[in-house]
Amino acid sequence: MTVADEKAEKTMQSDVEIIFQNPMAKTLQIKLDYDQLTNCMRCGFCLPACPTFRETGLEQESPRGRIALMKAVADGMMDPDRTFQEQMNHCLGCRACEPACPADVKYGQLIEQARDAIEDHAQHGLPVKGIRSFFFKGIFPHRARLKALGGALAVYQKSGLRKIVRGSGIMKLLPAPMREMEQILPDASSQGVVERLGTLLPAKGDKIARVALFRGCIMDVMFADTNVHTAKLLSEAGFEVVIPNEQGCCGALHAHSGELEMARRLARSNLEAFKAAEADYIVSNAGGCGALLVEYDHLLQQDSDCRELAEWFSSRVVDVSQLLFERGRLPRFADDSASAQEPVTITYQDSCHLRNVMKSPDAPRRLMKQAANVRFVEMKEADRCCGSAGIYNVTQPEMANEILAHKMEHASRTGARYLLTSNPGCLLQMKLGVLKHGGSERMEVKHVVDFLYERITHAEE
Amino acid sequence: MLDRTLVAKLREIVGDVYFREDKEALVAHSYDGTPMLQSLPDGVIYPKDTDQVAEIMKCLSRYRVPVVSRGSGSNLCGGTVPVQGGVVMVMHRMNRIVEVDPENLTATVQPGIVTAEFISHIESLGLFYPPDPSSMRISTIGGNIAECSGGLRGLKYGTTKDYVLGLEAVLANGEIIRTGGKLMKDVAGYDLTKLLIGSEGTLAIITEAVLKLVPPPKSKKTMLAMYKDLYGAARTVSRIIEAKIIPATLEFMDNPTIRVVDDFAKLGLPRDMEAILLIEQDGDREAVERDMESMRRICESELADRVEVAESREHAEKLLTARRSAFTALARLRPTTILEDATVPRSKIADMVLRINEIAIKHNVSIATFGHAGDGNLHPTATTDARDLDEVRRVEQAFEEIFEAAIELGGTITGEHGVGMVKAPFLEWKIGKSGIEVMRGIKQAFDPYNLLNPGKLFAKETRKRVVIDRG
Repeated sequence: MTVADEKAEKTMQSDVEIIFQNPMAKTLQIKLDYDQLTNCMRCGFCLPACPTFRETGLEQESPRGRIALMKAVADGMMDPDRTFQEQMNHCLGCRACEPACPADVKYGQLIEQARDAIEDHAQHGLPVKGIRSFFFKGIFPHRARLKALGGALAVYQKSGLRKIVRGSGIMKLLPAPMREMEQILPDASSQGVVERLGTLLPAKGDKIARVALFRGCIMDVMFADTNVHTAKLLSEAGFEVVIPNEQGCCGALHAHSGELEMARRLARSNLEAFKAAEADYIVSNAGGCGALLVEYDHLLQQDSDCRELAEWFSSRVVDVSQLLFERGRLPRFADDSASAQEPVTITYQDSCHLRNVMKSPDAPRRLMKQAANVRFVEMKEADRCCGSAGIYNVTQPEMANEILAHKMEHASRTGARYLLTSNPGCLLQMKLGVLKHGGSERMEVKHVVDFLYERITHAEE
Repeated sequence: MLDRTLVAKLREIVGDVYFREDKEALVAHSYDGTPMLQSLPDGVIYPKDTDQVAEIMKCLSRYRVPVVSRGSGSNLCGGTVPVQGGVVMVMHRMNRIVEVDPENLTATVQPGIVTAEFISHIESLGLFYPPDPSSMRISTIGGNIAECSGGLRGLKYGTTKDYVLGLEAVLANGEIIRTGGKLMKDVAGYDLTKLLIGSEGTLAIITEAVLKLVPPPKSKKTMLAMYKDLYGAARTVSRIIEAKIIPATLEFMDNPTIRVVDDFAKLGLPRDMEAILLIEQDGDREAVERDMESMRRICESELADRVEVAESREHAEKLLTARRSAFTALARLRPTTILEDATVPRSKIADMVLRINEIAIKHNVSIATFGHAGDGNLHPTATTDARDLDEVRRVEQAFEEIFEAAIELGGTITGEHGVGMVKAPFLEWKIGKSGIEVMRGIKQAFDPYNLLNPGKLFAKETRKRVVIDRG
């Protein structure tokens, strides 16, 4: 018997008694993919890629550490106690560890499985429970309610009510992250992309392909302009754009927060909505949504009824930047007329999920460089998560703030006039960063699509 | 469970946040990069400076509690698994570059600095620190010193031991010693610096190191030689050395390795080749050109199918980075990868490759081989599944025969990964009974109560040699 054997045997004996007394441990054991846990061979190559490890320097805050913790629970070596649960929620879910992993461990799936199991037994306090259920079950999945909320928000923002509320000091009652968010929220609208453009936009010139636009839930309320610009830009570039009106929320926020069943329900209804569109591509303009759409096949792999349809769907999902860059007839992106003399400096913050899951780090960069009279400066650590990470900046404000502060240092060093992103969450987080770190006058945060779209309208004028 | 008075003292030394004994911290420090080994410590401590390390050691030795010092835990010999429990001391907070001295070409660093970060800082100053273990993006300089790490540049530039001029270390009893210094010559007594390098945390805790820097090479060129015949590639290695050329890097990868590395790095490596050699030379431009040309001709005379020079520095770096991922990338094939680093004289590389493949067939196990062929250091890697006990047993038998074969060819059981737990049962094969006795004596002198990384280097019993010694 080798030393390893002896040790293994000793570990087995001493820990057998605590196995699965705990119901959460049992659920974790069922839900965690044990093969994936074993595939991590603990080389540690993921450590430098992980934002929380970088901030803390603690092994347990790394992907290798978290997988070891999951495996320890699955092996009955430890109970999924409070620290364990908190650690699982500490992960940003940016998945930067996946491209860094030579062994190809599917960390994203593991963390979602862990959160799903934890959520099954979670005993949230009433406020958290209420908020979770309100948004995850009551709002995101229901387009009409989301739009009504958007409409209400628009009224709040435009009617002067916001001014009164801000003046009243009532905002101070909100927790800091929500108070800050209120300040940077863009103007909401109850008029989404379909209300403005209809469900079909013909291609300009010869049709290259037919594409179905995924408009998102929050995206279509808070960033409806970006959706409109996406559709128009695609049409300009030679794509026929169809926008299936029955589509709904992608389910990404649910999947990342331990609501896998809800995510699957949303996925199934999107499959139905897009099946009829008969599109060559399904286009997303939000890295966070696109990354889940591209993994619908995995999400629904146990579902024999729609597995095939999910594979069809996922194989067609592409980010707008990549499609425009690789297949589009790009229009001329003219100067920003205000600064026609000097080239305008731009930089880019990667959307983690566009980069690490959709594997498209180059397309947005190469696309934005096509605009006339721009100087692209790569931001240091642009490939690192900005701390937005879905709802992370609301649930884990401390870590998110530390990460954001570093990000803003790097951003300001580029001297960029425009900081561009490819995902609404990142966009809001960057806006928050610019606001908090006092750069609003020097730097503007925009979606790549909006930046480019503004430049084609100039060309037309 | 640690004595409560001791815990109170430890907390007093480092502060509450920097001593942990919750299950999360214990589990996260129960393993390293070695497969199939895990053992929980009783506590984890994060000192901030040498004085704290000294204070901690005074307490731990008084209470006779074992201590395992570690950096990033990327070693492959079970070197930082706390097999007898005790306290794991994580050196990450001590990660400063204390000084770079351009007049002496030395750098003084704390042990917790990540190797690649140190190297990139040094290179930004126009200087060069050659040791480049494949784990350098995560490994720490302290860990490199403790394990005497090698790397891709070993054959021309040597390994960590050739770049450490002096050390500060804390002994088991809490005393601080200083060895060597910014000195190119120093024969004042036994060479304690060299003794501590590669001592795997069993003699003292390294708290600061003076490292030697060298001027960087003026130019570099990288090429890839591809072979349909495995042994042609292996023979090329010995022939290059025989032609009196010492390349900066001379790496070997066999077909299974090429495939998984390409799956990961997507560099368009030739998946139909039986082996490739990754060759780099550096130095003055003309000398580099001349050597590359001579090596190309040797490759061709050994029937290389194609020889391609990397088109740019960037491409060359990608090739080297891809090679560094080989070990982990092999985990794509099967869940468990067990890697060894049997090392032979450079002239015996072809014989060794042949023997490894024979042994793999004999025991019906899959072994992929890659490694630093230019310095005779191969990494035969078994891809298996820890849950298949029968197969794991066959893998262990195969590796025993590989060690045996290495020794028979005049080699060693480990070239750069260290002994740790994994190779402890085989140490005597290499150094003999009297060698073990001398080493035990040294251990006794440094650490009489066996508190520093116990359970490493010395096995309870030596493995019986499975093959009759033909040597």
